[in-house]
Amino acid sequence: MKTETLKPVMGYIAGLLFGLGLGISGMTDPARVLGFLDLFGAWDPTLMFVLGGAVVTNFIGYRLAFKRTAPIYGEAFQLPTRQDLDGRLIGGAALFGIGWGLSGYCPGPAFASIAGLTGPLVAMLVAMVAGWFLARAIPARG
Amino acid sequence: MDWSSSLQGLAGGILIGLSATWLMATLGRIAGISGIIGTLITARPRGDSAWRLTFLLGLISGPIVLMLLGGGLGNVVGAGVDVTGEVIGQPAGGVVMMLLAGLLVGVGTGLGSGCTSGHGVCGLARLSPRSLVATLTFLVAAIITVYVVRHVIGGGA
Repeated sequence: MKTETLKPVMGYIAGLLFGLGLGISGMTDPARVLGFLDLFGAWDPTLMFVLGGAVVTNFIGYRLAFKRTAPIYGEAFQLPTRQDLDGRLIGGAALFGIGWGLSGYCPGPAFASIAGLTGPLVAMLVAMVAGWFLARAIPARG
Repeated sequence: MDWSSSLQGLAGGILIGLSATWLMATLGRIAGISGIIGTLITARPRGDSAWRLTFLLGLISGPIVLMLLGGGLGNVVGAGVDVTGEVIGQPAGGVVMMLLAGLLVGVGTGLGSGCTSGHGVCGLARLSPRSLVATLTFLVAAIITVYVVRHVIGGGA
């Protein structure tokens, strides 16, 4: 098959693995996530195992993937090159953290939970997309 | 400690790591959800949108597959007690709370160029200093937020 045909197939497989991982790990339950973030309550360590398992697996996986000079169905590895720390990065991460702590949803689990759609989840997704548009409208050098 | 929940977390985490490796090995892309879906919706880049759309469809179909397979493959809090097999949990608040939270998550991940997946799963695996700072920042902000909501406003509930 042509590369251009296979790209969306590769994307689907990646998304499916990600969605299976979120579901199996329990990250599609905001109560699990909030239980981890509640260090001063009945702490739930599950998310630590999720992030740890994902980072270690991907750390090894990336090293194997980067043995090639280019991806199998792409022209080049597209990696962020910036090294500097700026207000946009840190301020953005802080705002995201507040929203994550209020809801227990980061973007992945919020979209992965669409099969169990509720009114509050619709509100979350619509506002998140509005926030993405808003962030694009804020100039990089303010 | 609930070891079965931790083991499910580890198993799911490994799948998420494999997903990120797969996307890099095949398409050369970072598996950051806010980047993949945010760019798909806000920019719709010509010739670079199809894989983003199929990634989103795959992401949504993951939990559906688990529900169809049944047998309690999910890890919802309280699963096995009275909600055996549940995969998707209930939102933690109402519509107004979620509108506020969603806006903060959208603006924050947009400005900060990533979320738990892009900075956490992928950035940490690349040993990126920016991603380490971002991950620590959003973790601390989220922990403080939950502390305030549950133990200051909520009175320890």
